[in-house]
Amino acid sequence: MKRTVPLAIAIVAGFVLLVANFIPYAEDWSLTAQEWFNILAVGAMLLGGGNLIKLHLMKISSKKAGWGYSAVTILCFFLVIVVGLLQMGVHPSPNYPDFAWSGYVLEEGSGLWWIYAHMVVPLTSTMFAMLAFYVATAAFRAFRAKNTEATLLLVTAGIVLLGRTYAGVWLFEGWLPESMQWLRFDNLTVWIMEIPNTAGTRAITIGIALGVVATSLRILLGIDRSYLGQD
Amino acid sequence: MYRILKDLDRRWIFLAMFLAVAIPVLARLVFPEVVSKQAKMVFDAIDDLPDGSNILLAFDFDPASQGELLPMAQAFTRHCSIKGHKQYYMALWPLGSPMVDLSIDTIEDEYPDMVYGEDYMKFSYKAGGEAVIRMIMQDLRGMFPLDSKGTQLDDIPMTKNIKNIQDMDLIINVSAGDPGTKQWVQFAATPFGITTVSGCTGVQAPQMYPYIPEQLAGVLGAIKAAAEYEAAIDEVYPSIAANKKAQEAKRRMGPQLVAHSMMIVFILVGNWIFFVARKRGEA
Repeated sequence: MKRTVPLAIAIVAGFVLLVANFIPYAEDWSLTAQEWFNILAVGAMLLGGGNLIKLHLMKISSKKAGWGYSAVTILCFFLVIVVGLLQMGVHPSPNYPDFAWSGYVLEEGSGLWWIYAHMVVPLTSTMFAMLAFYVATAAFRAFRAKNTEATLLLVTAGIVLLGRTYAGVWLFEGWLPESMQWLRFDNLTVWIMEIPNTAGTRAITIGIALGVVATSLRILLGIDRSYLGQD
Repeated sequence: MYRILKDLDRRWIFLAMFLAVAIPVLARLVFPEVVSKQAKMVFDAIDDLPDGSNILLAFDFDPASQGELLPMAQAFTRHCSIKGHKQYYMALWPLGSPMVDLSIDTIEDEYPDMVYGEDYMKFSYKAGGEAVIRMIMQDLRGMFPLDSKGTQLDDIPMTKNIKNIQDMDLIINVSAGDPGTKQWVQFAATPFGITTVSGCTGVQAPQMYPYIPEQLAGVLGAIKAAAEYEAAIDEVYPSIAANKKAQEAKRRMGPQLVAHSMMIVFILVGNWIFFVARKRGEA
């Protein structure tokens, strides 16, 4: 029962969407299925939250390495939920002034906005910005021309790195004849992106699509049940 | 020299990269931009539409990508505003909604004659990613009965006659991942033939090229393309060219040029060390 019901739901939902895509009469079925999906997506967020709490509480109780970070995670999780649900500092919407919860939760000056502006934005931006430092050390220590393929990759990376700045134009200004302008790094970058990159990406995309079709068919026919888990 | 460089503490590299970014920022280095074919295609897709066209601006990114994508998003907003296009804003990322707010702030600051509900409006965030796209392509009110301020769509002048997203003349998607441009191409642009342009992160850009020109009318990849797009707008609209706030992507190209050049130096020096070490039998 534990496996049969989810299996039946997956198969029915899959066939409904498949049929709705090809038969105009059944187009509305797809809309209904998508409404259900959106409701389930909200439920999945609750499940995800529950799972996060469970995992971090287990880490704290067993005092695993880094359990302090788990404590901070749980603290922040509940802080954001409380501030968001109670709509701290949010004014009611002008359209519904009698309803305290009708305001925009991220209104400037609200509690959630403060968390967003003064914690989320600087923290996530910092994490992203730190990539520059890691890529720089990787460039110095790991990008090696060890063989032909690696050399090709390095040369391409060099052209694109310079081609994505004004240096790609400036290096060739004033001395490269008009007929050779295609050699400018910015033009070579465009060529690399439009020809070899597009060809490779298309091949990979088509390969993935065929793989998705095959896997989907296996799921629809009940052959592949790995998504149901081990229990 | 070889020994010093081989044993170089990585903190020196961090310092060099910090200076490579900080100095151009402090010195306000700005370089000229040559408008590329892609930037021109995106510009034309918006500019060639008749004034007052319906444009959906879907901003699917969050503060992590703000540095790379916000200047482009705001350039789209300015371009649409100066053309008088009707702008419908949406975000499918939980933290995407404040990104839309920043663009709406741009409208309120720089185009005070534009009126919320008549010239621009915003839908609130909805969970579901690609399922939301599929749904609104058929039935907008089924997913968004209200705008972000809680007003019924039927009471908003610019949405009362909009049944679904098929009523849009153009979709502009600014994307940092999933859901993002790929999903808008799969579930909006391709099945319904709606002209779509994308602005995305540098990492995503190579994956978007195969969709050009049939499924995407153009792609802006990262801050470089945003700077080119700003340059394309400046050429046609002097009022935007005179606006310092509208040159944000171009301003960010200074640090990018120096940092990229620094990376090339690191790669060359790193490989010199590698070859010397191999020659000495130390590699």
